[in-house]
Amino acid sequence: MKMTPEEYGRMAKKASPGSPFPKNCLLAFLIGGLICTLGQVCIELYQYAGLEQEVASTAASVTLVFLAVLLSGFGVYDNIAKYAGAGTLVPITGFANAVASPALEFKSEGLVLGLGAKMFIIAGPVIVYGTAASVVYGLIIYLFRLY
Amino acid sequence: MELFMTLLKAFLVGGVLCAIGQIFIDYTKLTPARILTGYVVAGVVLGGIGLYPKLIEFAGAGASVPLLGFGSLLAKGVKKAIQADGLLGVLTGGLTSAAAGITAALFFSLIVALIFKPKDKG
Repeated sequence: MKMTPEEYGRMAKKASPGSPFPKNCLLAFLIGGLICTLGQVCIELYQYAGLEQEVASTAASVTLVFLAVLLSGFGVYDNIAKYAGAGTLVPITGFANAVASPALEFKSEGLVLGLGAKMFIIAGPVIVYGTAASVVYGLIIYLFRLY
Repeated sequence: MELFMTLLKAFLVGGVLCAIGQIFIDYTKLTPARILTGYVVAGVVLGGIGLYPKLIEFAGAGASVPLLGFGSLLAKGVKKAIQADGLLGVLTGGLTSAAAGITAALFFSLIVALIFKPKDKG
């Protein structure tokens, strides 16, 4: 088999195991970037419809949350997440999916302790530590009059 | 053209923030739950010191959609509530500003979980 060094290099790269870093990162970058772009499209549309920037931004987040929850219901979000990794985790859609997924999965264990409780399995810590951090921040700026 | 630049900035900044998350997944033992929590807490810190709002100004949804933006929103809400209500704002500001996102996620999830059937994990 004859090949140029470049071709060999390409083949070797393809065959070598491990180093999923560039591919994983690229996929996370692309898909995460696209989700954020979709968010920006929503913001532009809502602003065009007359909403103020801050309200438009919140409405865009809510729209993304809605879409992510719906796609989680169809089982589509998890399929995208297999490829996208952090690309579907880090945006607010990842938070929405983290609420919807266990809610759906644990429905069989009951509406209260199954669906209702397991909903918070990931969202819980996010909310607990997020609000705790905001309280600490609030105390600091209140005590040092930085507000 | 201006619209294109706005979208491009959102894509690039949002993409980079997600790629950083992927580095955490691939090269540390952080679980997705810890990464989500870490991003929100980091967002509170970055928002609190005033850095993150500048990124949101630059990249729009590219910075506000990743969970760092959620954290930054908590910090912003606390500051606003303290300005309005004093000490009580320390407790009310965070969740008030995050209410739309959290309530949307909880309510939509409830509806979807009631309607849909869980998929078998393949």
